[in-house]
Amino acid sequence: MVKEIKSRKKLGDIIFENITLIFAFIIVGLVFYIAYEMFIDSSESRDRFGFGFIFSSDWNPVKEEFGALPFVFGTIVSSMLALLISLPISIGVAIFLSEIVHKSVRTPISFLIEILAAIPSIIYGFWGIFVFAPFMRNTVQPMLQSTFGFLPFFKGSMYGTGLLTASIILAIMITPIISAITRDVLKAIPVSQRDAAYALGATKWEAIKMALLNARSGILGGAVLGLGRAIGETMAVTMVIGNKAQIKASLFEPAYSMASVIANEFAEASGSLHISSLIEVGLILFGVTFIINSMARLLIYSVTRKA
Amino acid sequence: MTAESIQKIPKNLRRRKITNSVMISLCVVAGIITILPLIYIFFYTTQSGLSALNADFFTQLPKPVGEVGGGMANAIVGSIILIGIGGLMGIPVGILAGIYISEYSKNIFATIVKFTTDVLSGVPSIVVGIFAYGVIVIPMQRFSALAGGFALGILMIPTVTKITEEMLRLVPQSLREASLALGVSRWKTTLRIVLKTASAGIITGVLLAIARAAGETAPLLFTAFGNSFWQTNIDGPMAALPLQIFVYAISPYDDWHRQAWAGAFVLIFLVFIVNLIVRFVTRNKYSGNL
Repeated sequence: MVKEIKSRKKLGDIIFENITLIFAFIIVGLVFYIAYEMFIDSSESRDRFGFGFIFSSDWNPVKEEFGALPFVFGTIVSSMLALLISLPISIGVAIFLSEIVHKSVRTPISFLIEILAAIPSIIYGFWGIFVFAPFMRNTVQPMLQSTFGFLPFFKGSMYGTGLLTASIILAIMITPIISAITRDVLKAIPVSQRDAAYALGATKWEAIKMALLNARSGILGGAVLGLGRAIGETMAVTMVIGNKAQIKASLFEPAYSMASVIANEFAEASGSLHISSLIEVGLILFGVTFIINSMARLLIYSVTRKA
Repeated sequence: MTAESIQKIPKNLRRRKITNSVMISLCVVAGIITILPLIYIFFYTTQSGLSALNADFFTQLPKPVGEVGGGMANAIVGSIILIGIGGLMGIPVGILAGIYISEYSKNIFATIVKFTTDVLSGVPSIVVGIFAYGVIVIPMQRFSALAGGFALGILMIPTVTKITEEMLRLVPQSLREASLALGVSRWKTTLRIVLKTASAGIITGVLLAIARAAGETAPLLFTAFGNSFWQTNIDGPMAALPLQIFVYAISPYDDWHRQAWAGAFVLIFLVFIVNLIVRFVTRNKYSGNL
């Protein structure tokens, strides 16, 4: 009789474990299915243009010429610039919250930063058009041009919208992500290390610097994760980047990103080759963000696992 | 440390102290720089949105160009339907997968699932939109709420999975052991003891996923597509609040901008309330980093 109960229990456990397993498998299957579906749906464009797709800068739906270079350029420049702006600030915020302020200040501020991460990107874009772009046009861009105007990056007319504006909006959007990860990895560095540094007479900054050095691979992971977000960000960028498929040195010039061209043209795409080319842009976007996110997670795990 | 370097310390002390104050102040500045845009966006949206918000916004259909007034009633209902479809698909997958990762974590596959969930959360939402287009819009040959809801469902999965896993892990092991010691089977323990204990946290996770889905625009552009009329049929194109905000925001009409701000305010308000609830329920238990 004891045996019977035991085996009955086991049956229920087996069924339940397998049900959860199936749902867990759905997630893994889904990622592969997304890749497969986009690979199949982009076959027309891949067959027609091959690898030249990424290196050609002709994008002309009327002539059925499709090359993604201007979009790749816009995406890479805007997200790298966003990371460049955001990273020092994110690390600063993380240190500010985890090492400097008292808990009574930390809780409301980290709550505010969490909200910053949760605001829909459409609202950043909307705010970007009506508040931030005019501010860029009237204040920031003239200032940059009068100071650094000899550099090719700050030449040309000032529209307000463009590559630089998109980068700054992206930087605002990824700062909460990078700083949250940085805080996590800093938390994973044992306090005893900092105490030891203080005991040897280190200043606060020297102790923090040591913790940062030990957490560097995790912070790098957070930065890469933020980069991944910036690359895939769609609505906010679409609304402020200017949407012009061109490659110019000036950051004031309008540009175009991979996600934006999909957002703008997909629903009104004229022919199957146009759709297929847009899906190939999406496939590249998927591939790049997949690799970047995998790298980021492995880097973050490498620090937080030890804790 | 050599005797020489010990000697050097007092000489450097002044410089080190200055470096220290400079760097610490820079960190404080970084904190202020990060908070400023939030406060600006928050107050600007509230100010512009509240003044445009009225009963019409929630009860009227959009008016044609040129006519003043109208509202976003169809878009609000559309968003609720889309989130409903997404929730039906995404929430069960998320919770059950979360249970698997947390309760059967000794399994190597659980690590793979956890990793994939993290990667899935980083897939751009527009890519998920293309996927929904390929899987649902092409076979059905029309834009539909079903496709939009499907895309939102996929985007909800990682949030729900992650928070379920974290909340289940917070349930003390002794609770599981006590239940098992009383002869309750493992699966009943998981459902009736562990899941129940963590239910408040999981519900907030679901709320968080819903709030995020409510603001998603990119994946709906070519799935739900948008609609200016009443539409409750899920196999046709449907309006959604963020889509309507997008269309109105890039239009040249002041009255549409005004309404878009009202919509933006509704979204920001939703995000704020949900995050407040999440904070309140999970307190310091949860890192808040998804």
